[in-house]
Amino acid sequence: MSALTLQPHASLSHLDWLESESIHILREVAGQCANPVLLFSGGKDSLVLLRLAEKAFRPGRFPFPLLNIDTGHNYSEVIDFRDFRACQLNERLIVRSVEDSIRRGTVVLKSPDEPRNKHQSVTLLEAIEEFGFDCCIGGARRDEEKARAKERIFSFRDEFGQWDPKNQRSELWDLYNARVHKGENIRAFPISNWTELDVWQYIAREQIELPAIYFAHKRAVVRRGGLLQPVTELTPARAGDVVEELSVRFRTVGDITCTAPVESVADTIARIIEETAATTITERGETRLDDQTSEASMEQRKKEGYF
Amino acid sequence: MSAIERLPEIDNGLLRFLTCGSVDDGKSTLIGRLLYDTKAILADTLHAIARTSERRGLEAVDLSLLTDGLQAEREQGITIDVTYRYFTTGRRKYIVADAPGHEQYTRNMVTAASTANLAIILIDARKGVLTQTRRHSYLAYLLGIPHIVVAINKMDLVDYDQATFERIRADYLEFAATLGIGDVSFIPLSALNGDMIVDRGERIDWYQGPTLLGMLEHAPAAHCERDERFRFPVQFVCRPQRSADLQLHDYRGFMGRVESGEIGVGDEVLILPSEKRSRVKAIEIHGRSLPRAIAEQSVTLLLEDEVDISRGDMIVRTGESTLVTRRIEAMLCWLGETPLDPQRKYLIRQTTRETRAAIEAIGYRLDINTLQRLPAERLGMNDIARASFKLAQPLCVDPYADNRSTGAFIVIDETTNNTVGAGMIL
Repeated sequence: MSALTLQPHASLSHLDWLESESIHILREVAGQCANPVLLFSGGKDSLVLLRLAEKAFRPGRFPFPLLNIDTGHNYSEVIDFRDFRACQLNERLIVRSVEDSIRRGTVVLKSPDEPRNKHQSVTLLEAIEEFGFDCCIGGARRDEEKARAKERIFSFRDEFGQWDPKNQRSELWDLYNARVHKGENIRAFPISNWTELDVWQYIAREQIELPAIYFAHKRAVVRRGGLLQPVTELTPARAGDVVEELSVRFRTVGDITCTAPVESVADTIARIIEETAATTITERGETRLDDQTSEASMEQRKKEGYF
Repeated sequence: MSAIERLPEIDNGLLRFLTCGSVDDGKSTLIGRLLYDTKAILADTLHAIARTSERRGLEAVDLSLLTDGLQAEREQGITIDVTYRYFTTGRRKYIVADAPGHEQYTRNMVTAASTANLAIILIDARKGVLTQTRRHSYLAYLLGIPHIVVAINKMDLVDYDQATFERIRADYLEFAATLGIGDVSFIPLSALNGDMIVDRGERIDWYQGPTLLGMLEHAPAAHCERDERFRFPVQFVCRPQRSADLQLHDYRGFMGRVESGEIGVGDEVLILPSEKRSRVKAIEIHGRSLPRAIAEQSVTLLLEDEVDISRGDMIVRTGESTLVTRRIEAMLCWLGETPLDPQRKYLIRQTTRETRAAIEAIGYRLDINTLQRLPAERLGMNDIARASFKLAQPLCVDPYADNRSTGAFIVIDETTNNTVGAGMIL
């Protein structure tokens, strides 16, 4: 008969286990890659990555710089926070912007105010080429979206930055393979196995500081397609829109034109965790206008080099 | 009381498990049911699925659509790669690896099994133990998954008949005995109706055991029962000589994860393969000192003596050495689309160490359907064989059966850089 009974050995809590796995992944990147970089947006997932990097490498400096791909469509609180945090950690921050790619003509906009999330891929690939990065560390999680649920922790990209979901490297145990030829690179995802709730619990436990827009605040919004669209210079109210002043918070940060806040009065991390635990709606569906276009839109963008 | 304290307390760590079965066994439905009944299926995912189901002309929401990911698979209606899903209960966090059942995708199951601590093997109650059941069981056994739950599904289609369940159970046990599979549990269920998954339902009252979720909630986590000898492969050496803090100029931190066992400050250690000795001076993480480090914990070790240690070295406790060897004998699963060529050299990566390797001999190839041993000169994708390798550099190894971390390796093809093989040291 079964021996499915508990043994009295010391073991890690689920957060400790996740933290330890992420540290292991970061150290494998440092051990295997010649010129890695950590993608840092100022968003909560990348702030968690920075804390994990501190745990992995202090008292030494990070064995990689930080890179931000600036869409030019930002909430200034997030950009200010990005700069503050990099400075506080005394680590090198590289910023490359989609605006520059537009000026170079490598990004061509269909309309001047269209969302720039997908154009980040071009600027990212240009930065990878400029600095010769062989690995980009990112804060993507498998629970965010269906296509991500199948991505490897060390995900191979060819010289065009493309992800081929049908031809992924086998990844067994925790034996990661970061070998690439010149021009190719690896995207490494240390928090692949974390969920949104895990991230919030970790932020609370580690007392990680966040940009203010993650907490409930009053903001002018209009309701569009079941989502809230903030009224900003880039996204002005259209004729016939009803502008409401609501208490909202952001669950993800990204391009202003396609990142929607949720109605919330959660003004502390503890209240956000409470809402997150009780929530019945997944992160991206609720807050990313561009993911709603088609069921397979994330997979399509990833194939083209999106993070 | 703060909000955090009111959250369900996750006190039983994390369990990684694997589901194996074919499309027809209702595997995707089972996972969908687990996610659904544990309230982890969130509202808008359901909306999207409801729309897809309408398009396909299905009447009820098809739970299996929750686990299908990639476009190609949606087109073919099958799962062709490993998918990872997450859910949490009041007690535990779960990572589910969903591996496809088709024969040509053995490599996916091996991949999914490599990190799992429990396997759910699905059997269709109408069909009983099939060739694929044996294949899945053998692979779970080969990959060292310590706990197997045989889920006899579609009980609704055999009128919840106890005799059918008992017959399949007896058949399976007979076969499991030939492999040496020890820890097996059996459960009758209907994934479609949700009987015995999270809720007991009312139709299988003759079964007195726990529900499927009940079994998962109480299964030991991997680190509760691992090999207890201390194994610490060094991943990275921290030497902040140029730091502004003068005290750090002599700092040498050996960074890695405790793969098994535990270590305390003052313990005497042996560094492999050099066989130098020292003692643990401190255990740190992010400026915090720890008296001990336990299995699966990522830490930094500081030693009392100035010993030359670099990435790829292994720190063990004195008297608990691994085998340091230039020759390994292993069960090898070939993953590459290009067949193994015994004339070529490959790279082997084991823990944090990498070495070139040559095939010495292929002992036999195993037919995983019949478990017959066949002669072989080359190996194709999905083949499993016993093979021996000569190594350019020594590796510090334990048998895989004793230690899933120091007993495992991958084979890399240097021309493509692809991972083409997975090995379990005998």
